[in-house]
Amino acid sequence: MTMHFLLLFSRQGKLRLQKWFLPLPERERKKIVKDMTTMVLSRKPRTCNFLHWKDLKIVYKRYASLYFCCALENQDNELLALEILHRYVELLDKYFGNVCELDIIFNFEKAYFILDEFLMGGEIQETSKQSIAKSVEASDMLQEVRH
Amino acid sequence: MPAPIRLRELIRTIRTARTQAEEREMIQKECAAIRSSFREEDNTYRCRNVAKLLYMHMLGYPAHFGQLECLKLIASQKFTDKRIGYLGAMLLLDERQDVHLLMTNCIKNDLNHSTQYVQGLALCTLGCMGSSEMCRDLAGEVEKLLKTSNSYLRKKAALCAVHVIRKVPELMEMFLPATKNLLSEKNHGVLHTSVVLLTEMCERSPDMLSHFRKLVPQLVRILKNLIMSGYSPEHDVSGISDPFLQVRILRLLRILGKGDDDSSEAMNDILAQVATNTETSKNVGNAILYETVLTIMDIKSESGLRVLAINILGRFLLNNDKNIRYVALTSLLKTVQTDHNAVQRHRSTIVDCLKDLDVSIKRRAMELSFALVNGNNIRGMMKELLYFLDSCDPDFKADCASGIFLAAEKYAPSKRWHIDTIMRVLTTAGSYVRDDSVPNLIQLITNSVEMHAYTVQRLYKALLDDISQQPLVQVASWCIGEYGDLLVSGQCEEEEPIQVSEDEVLDVLEGLLVSNLSTPVTRGYSLTAIMKLSTRFSSLNRIKKVVSIYGSSIDVELQQRAVEYNALFKKYDHMRPALLERMPIMEKTATNGPSETVQTNGETDSTILDTKHLPSISQPASQANDLLDLLGGNDVVPIIQTTVPTKPASAGGELLDLLGDLSLTGGPTPTPASSVPMSQPPFLLDGLTSQPLFNDIAAVIPPMTAYNKNGLIIEFTFERSNPNPNIAVITIHATNSTEADMTEFVFQAAVPKTFQLQLLSPSSNVVPAFNQGSVTQVIRVLNPQKQQLRMRIKLTYTHKGSPVQDLAEVNNFPPQSWQ
Repeated sequence: MTMHFLLLFSRQGKLRLQKWFLPLPERERKKIVKDMTTMVLSRKPRTCNFLHWKDLKIVYKRYASLYFCCALENQDNELLALEILHRYVELLDKYFGNVCELDIIFNFEKAYFILDEFLMGGEIQETSKQSIAKSVEASDMLQEVRH
Repeated sequence: MPAPIRLRELIRTIRTARTQAEEREMIQKECAAIRSSFREEDNTYRCRNVAKLLYMHMLGYPAHFGQLECLKLIASQKFTDKRIGYLGAMLLLDERQDVHLLMTNCIKNDLNHSTQYVQGLALCTLGCMGSSEMCRDLAGEVEKLLKTSNSYLRKKAALCAVHVIRKVPELMEMFLPATKNLLSEKNHGVLHTSVVLLTEMCERSPDMLSHFRKLVPQLVRILKNLIMSGYSPEHDVSGISDPFLQVRILRLLRILGKGDDDSSEAMNDILAQVATNTETSKNVGNAILYETVLTIMDIKSESGLRVLAINILGRFLLNNDKNIRYVALTSLLKTVQTDHNAVQRHRSTIVDCLKDLDVSIKRRAMELSFALVNGNNIRGMMKELLYFLDSCDPDFKADCASGIFLAAEKYAPSKRWHIDTIMRVLTTAGSYVRDDSVPNLIQLITNSVEMHAYTVQRLYKALLDDISQQPLVQVASWCIGEYGDLLVSGQCEEEEPIQVSEDEVLDVLEGLLVSNLSTPVTRGYSLTAIMKLSTRFSSLNRIKKVVSIYGSSIDVELQQRAVEYNALFKKYDHMRPALLERMPIMEKTATNGPSETVQTNGETDSTILDTKHLPSISQPASQANDLLDLLGGNDVVPIIQTTVPTKPASAGGELLDLLGDLSLTGGPTPTPASSVPMSQPPFLLDGLTSQPLFNDIAAVIPPMTAYNKNGLIIEFTFERSNPNPNIAVITIHATNSTEADMTEFVFQAAVPKTFQLQLLSPSSNVVPAFNQGSVTQVIRVLNPQKQQLRMRIKLTYTHKGSPVQDLAEVNNFPPQSWQ
């Protein structure tokens, strides 16, 4: 499942998380974020969760006030991508307890840490929720100070 | 200096800003504070400051001055620092910066750290954004960690290795030993990442692929255990055990089983089991089924299994979930060529999807519908498609119209039906029809001799209603100019002839000339039409007047035409009848009109024509594929079409060539009017009349991969030219999977003495990165002695600033290409 990028943004188009699995210059990234937010936010309700953009498949899903949007290559499985997005939400939910957008705004770095235990280089690295939760917890314990 | 404010404090403050300007002010103030803090080399608060910077960066503000600070954090001993430092590196640095390389040493140290979570951070960063140089330097460390017994590190190392291989394919070999017992792991994380690693290696190297085929039984066993094992809370998703791993294994099986009988047989049972036993009530089950279907269709599965797969897709089509319907349509599109009849059974469901509200589904359904049109269902399908054309979004109309034209041409049950269909498209979607279909339609009409009167009458009536749709107007004016005599004489057989006078006709044409709705091209058409009527009508004076008025038109094109026509009247009146005579039927091999492309020495225009229609023929000869080519955006076509921008003259030619390729069942034979070089047709077009319309795979020469190195893949596709079977026409397709373009790409080839080789011009000399496009080039090989074809190729290109040159022998030509 070679993901090219994963973005989280609000219904107003504010970016809450950006994970890039490909080397892209800053200018390019900004453009992509803009394209994604425009495309996804203009989708009518009750349409399917898949889009085509350039030569990539875009899979997006809305969870409360946040849109989770990722880009896949042509041979990837879109239905599984939905499961991946869902798994990430579950991980966040377990960590923060009934996660909401504010949690991700105020603890964005934690959201990244959790993501980094789940995906790497655009691929899944761990399929067990408990395992990921344990790793994140153990890493948190190693932290010396609060920011 | 007071302690810098905490991260969450800053976030809270910024969120209270009521305007963009207020926010900007706060941020600038904070950035200034952070900058001075950085200058003071403050170790205590560096972490906090960088974290704040990352937040502001996410809001869209520049943060480049924090790059070096990230490096300092990474080098720190504190875990908190490292965590933020690596995060910052991943967000702020990219491999284009020199600063990036400074990380290498830190990462190397951290890869050997005593704490596994630090090692994990290093692996993660390397695996997400390591540059080729970094990967080269650190590959050894990654390989070491791949052999560790610590599953936490092992899974990360596996994915890191995947990244290394992607960046530096040559290093793949060094990871081979470590893969030996990866699959005997019990840990699902390691299993999953191992399968990903194996997949990557198999996809990149045919040698690795054959080497890993022996793993098929083991993979089948693992998959079986997943399905048969009871509830496992750790990996369960809605009653299914580790769907992510299942899908990944299915995908690896697909790659291993493709083209290999033994492997395919070994996996038949498990595929059938997965296909029948997977729970379909939730998305997760369907995700697995989807992957299973893709695998079944790609490997050499038994026909029973294939039918099972298509039926699963058929069931998907009826699912309430839009995503599943969409995915079904996409997959059916991929399989429609190879399993055409099976897909035909679901035609009515597919046609129903045309009425779906979802745009993505509609598009897929449209493409699939065109693929399913054949001589038997043309009338019914066309009704649906025309209805779709009426009501669909403007983005679809151009593609739909082109598709309808193509389908109509191939399968029109009668000429009258054909003309009616064309009329219907022109009148309902006339402004969306591609401009280059105008010449093609004109040809079609010309060649339907007995329909001339009917056609011109219908077009005339359409013009009376509406002159805003340019393609319609252009075709109509041309026809009126050509067949105006039939129009006024009221000769129509097919329907009630209308009464119209010469003056009325000229009124309409002159109206086009002056209307604001007419484009300059349209005006050109109508002026010429008026001129042609001078030999068909008797109202010469009126025509002469119009022509002389436009002799001083501001539009240079019109002016030139008018002046020349004037000259015709004045000085060459004796030639006028001959010049303006009725157009002859356009034969396929004849050229009429100006041939703007140079014939034999392969200028870009003609080569693009060649390369455009060759690939579509070397497919298993289903014209469905041509339709899909035309509609574009189709991921089925294994041969990548170039996207080189062409001049308008040849753009028309391309479309015409696509049509020119097909053999028609009694319809008129269209000729690419103006752009077929005269010397080409005997090889290219003639050879295609005997192409069967449906799958006749035996007659087709399979494509082959001639070269695959350093991310450059060159595929050869073949076309035999029937009139001269000694000539093999090969099209090369060069694609580039690396992350940088290959520029100044030159492909050269040499053959043994008994052969003759002609190399036509390439489509371009830039092979875009990430497989975003390809360079195509046509090679013609004359092999009179029917010897085994061998070729030596030389490639030169510039990649990431350095010139690359390579020589290779191509010996694996399929026998059909030279026998």
